[in-house]
Amino acid sequence: MTAADQRWADALAAARLLQTLPFALGGAHVRARPGPQRDAWLAALRTGLGGATPVCRAPAGAGADALLGGLDLAATLASGRPAFGEGLLKAADGGVLLLPMAERLAPDGAAVLAAVLDQGRLPAGPAGGHPVRLLVIALDEGADDERLSPLLSARLALLLDLEGVRPGPAGVAATSAAVSAEAAAGALCRASAALGLDSPRWPLHALRCARALAAADARPLNEGDLALAVRLVLAPRAICAPAAAGPAEPAPPPSPEPAGGAPRPESDGPGAGSLAELLVESARAVLPPGLEPEAAAPTRGAAGGAGRSRGALQRAGGRGRPAGTQARPPRAGERLALVETLKAAAPWQAVRRREQPPAPGAQDRFRVLRGDLRTQRRRRPAEMTSIFLVDASGSAAVARLAEAKGAVELLLTRAYARRDEVALVAFRGTRAEVLLPPTRSLARARRALADLPGGGGTPIAHALETAHLLGLGCRARGRSPTIILLTDGRANVARTAGVDPMDDAEAAARAIAAAGLRAILIDVAPRPRAEGPRLARALGARHVALPRVEAGRVVAAVEAGA
Amino acid sequence: MAFAYPFSAIVGQEEMKRALLIAAVDPRLGGVMVFGDRGTGKSTAVRALSQLLPPIRVVAGCPFNCAPDRAPCPVPCTRKDGRAGSRAVPVPFVDLPLGATEDRVVGSLDLEAALSTGVRRFEPGLLARAHRGFLYIDEVNLLEDHIVDLLLDVAVSGESVVEREGLSVRHAARFQLIGSGNPEEGELRPQLLDRFALSVEVTTPAAIEDRVEIVRRRDAFDRDPQAFVAMWQEADAQVARSIARARRRLERIAVPDEVLALGARLCSELGADGLRGELTLMRAGRALAALGRGESMTGKDLAAVAPMALRHRLRRNPLDETGSSARIARALEGLLSA
Repeated sequence: MTAADQRWADALAAARLLQTLPFALGGAHVRARPGPQRDAWLAALRTGLGGATPVCRAPAGAGADALLGGLDLAATLASGRPAFGEGLLKAADGGVLLLPMAERLAPDGAAVLAAVLDQGRLPAGPAGGHPVRLLVIALDEGADDERLSPLLSARLALLLDLEGVRPGPAGVAATSAAVSAEAAAGALCRASAALGLDSPRWPLHALRCARALAAADARPLNEGDLALAVRLVLAPRAICAPAAAGPAEPAPPPSPEPAGGAPRPESDGPGAGSLAELLVESARAVLPPGLEPEAAAPTRGAAGGAGRSRGALQRAGGRGRPAGTQARPPRAGERLALVETLKAAAPWQAVRRREQPPAPGAQDRFRVLRGDLRTQRRRRPAEMTSIFLVDASGSAAVARLAEAKGAVELLLTRAYARRDEVALVAFRGTRAEVLLPPTRSLARARRALADLPGGGGTPIAHALETAHLLGLGCRARGRSPTIILLTDGRANVARTAGVDPMDDAEAAARAIAAAGLRAILIDVAPRPRAEGPRLARALGARHVALPRVEAGRVVAAVEAGA
Repeated sequence: MAFAYPFSAIVGQEEMKRALLIAAVDPRLGGVMVFGDRGTGKSTAVRALSQLLPPIRVVAGCPFNCAPDRAPCPVPCTRKDGRAGSRAVPVPFVDLPLGATEDRVVGSLDLEAALSTGVRRFEPGLLARAHRGFLYIDEVNLLEDHIVDLLLDVAVSGESVVEREGLSVRHAARFQLIGSGNPEEGELRPQLLDRFALSVEVTTPAAIEDRVEIVRRRDAFDRDPQAFVAMWQEADAQVARSIARARRRLERIAVPDEVLALGARLCSELGADGLRGELTLMRAGRALAALGRGESMTGKDLAAVAPMALRHRLRRNPLDETGSSARIARALEGLLSA
């Protein structure tokens, strides 16, 4: 069975499991664009749900109002009494809530759902405290940096990725040995650790999933349940590839062992360890591609856990989108929140009519006063992203990198006031590498910067291309990127063989200028040379000569240019 | 009936549990900030704690949780009739959801009353409900700025002033702010951070055995909450008794001058900003002493609370990798050996 077939078989098994309404699992996070795979999966899910099970489909980007139900404006105005609409959560009670375009879910919506899944009842409000049990199926169509809120995703036990699967017939489950709950807990914790998942949340989800699988067939827990639970819960979230099994295991590095700790079969009996290994092996085929073994990614081993996911990128789920309303009239350039304004004015109509009766014969109108006006709040559009592009080649690399690192951290410490982001790209040898995707988090930055290698060739063209793409990505998220290039400008590695590296770098620089991305070139050549200014001209960038890089002066240059 | 996970069944996380107990003993302390990864039992611990506290007496039907002996309410407590009795209620525990609107937080016009009777009446918000209890904000670092400003204002003054929609209401809102957040997802503004008396860092347990134990206990709770809660009832009752005893003893705990001096030296050594650090050291240390057996606060109590009281108040040098906790430990060592 190929990996794609296996994923589809697992997805069908997940659908069958969800049909038994295992509320303890929270639901499923389904990554898939609309298409035949997703339709086939949803059809498989629906056919098994009894007619009596409510299945509600939320509107895209649903907020707390839609989920909890709020004042029904039309009904309230018509009746003159407050009429509350039934929220989606109540409607889906005892069944399934489908969230299409879950990556666009408003932050308050995600928070409400997370709270409801945690506590099993509605938060305080019009229908506060009402117990609610439901499964959330979040259909996440997001790409790259737009994903379902981690707040919600963490509460949904199952994670299915339907991209690239090929719908086919379901496989036949093999019979397997029964497992005690005690052994299962141990094996799942070890399997989680082997996949780089440190938080106890994940093995717990997996155990709940395995239990639900066994309960669905009304039989005791067996190894097959655990293996499937690992594939549905743990494998898609894996952060690092498990170490190869058997004697070919690579020797651990001499540095202290990552705090996550590899599974140690000897620590409590041979059974738990070998079962964990078995589970990890069964999941190997469906691991996300491109995972590194833990030994190769030492900086990721220690802290983190679930929160490591995507950091600041997912914050608030989108830019320039509505972010609540404020009780004040809109100023220039702002938008009136019409529905909120009407809601504010609605209760007063009776009072206002009584206090100021309409002129005889005149038609009575809906009365909106200044105090009713609500303004739509939006995220500030002018948030900056500074993309540091640091030359890590040659002999001066170490000192230069240390100062660039200092500059990144200095900028970040000011970031919480200004809501700026910082990214870091280092280039050496033949390639540029994004060491730090745009982030506002000092903690994340520190870890990414902890050990920057230096030395080798100077592939400026590739570095500029990388920064160019990053910059366009930032702009697409509504931020304004600035590229800060720290180099002496002497390119000696081109993107393709046979091209003059300097010409290649200039071409890449001109592409950035043509795209209208702002750039600053900080020239770190010890003596003035022609290459730096030449590159700056092609970039359309300011040229700042700083033969001895100092973090403070880099920051000053960036802030002067911003 | 829903069962809450018992406080004493939480595996590890000793510093967080200690900080929460200290906050429970001295409600005037002013809040705990819990930093850490998701899924480390932050919310579980805070929720579990509120269940352990002795019930409070409030004016019956008062939406502001007014204490009977403090009557009359400082505000038009509209739902209270003249001769209201009092009743015991559990310590309020209010969740402030991330997406909460200003209306929800401070309260707004009571729609029902406005529509049916045409009367302007105030519908209290989450701040009023949290009075004399806990206000819990998960992911506090992702909270909207204007809500944060509002919370700061109320946390300082202890009262909430509402001037909107033709309403003018002023009511007491003194609560323990419990925040949680993951520093990887955005830093907390220093102004807000300073509001929290204590801060603790929780991490995912490193030992596999601890994780297995967490999963086992949680699984047992999932399957039979009633039996699980019953199993931990005695341990929880013991914690509850020690909180109650510490509350009674708190005022009698003496703070010797040399301990005060030690605290002052520690703060100046570390360059911790403001007097708030020293005050918190003293209060938290006293609460810890009250939880123990002694009659006065000792240098040991001070050393035990110093990391959580000062960690978030140190001025940070972005180029210094040394964690705040390590700096505090170093300074303490120097002072205690001197």
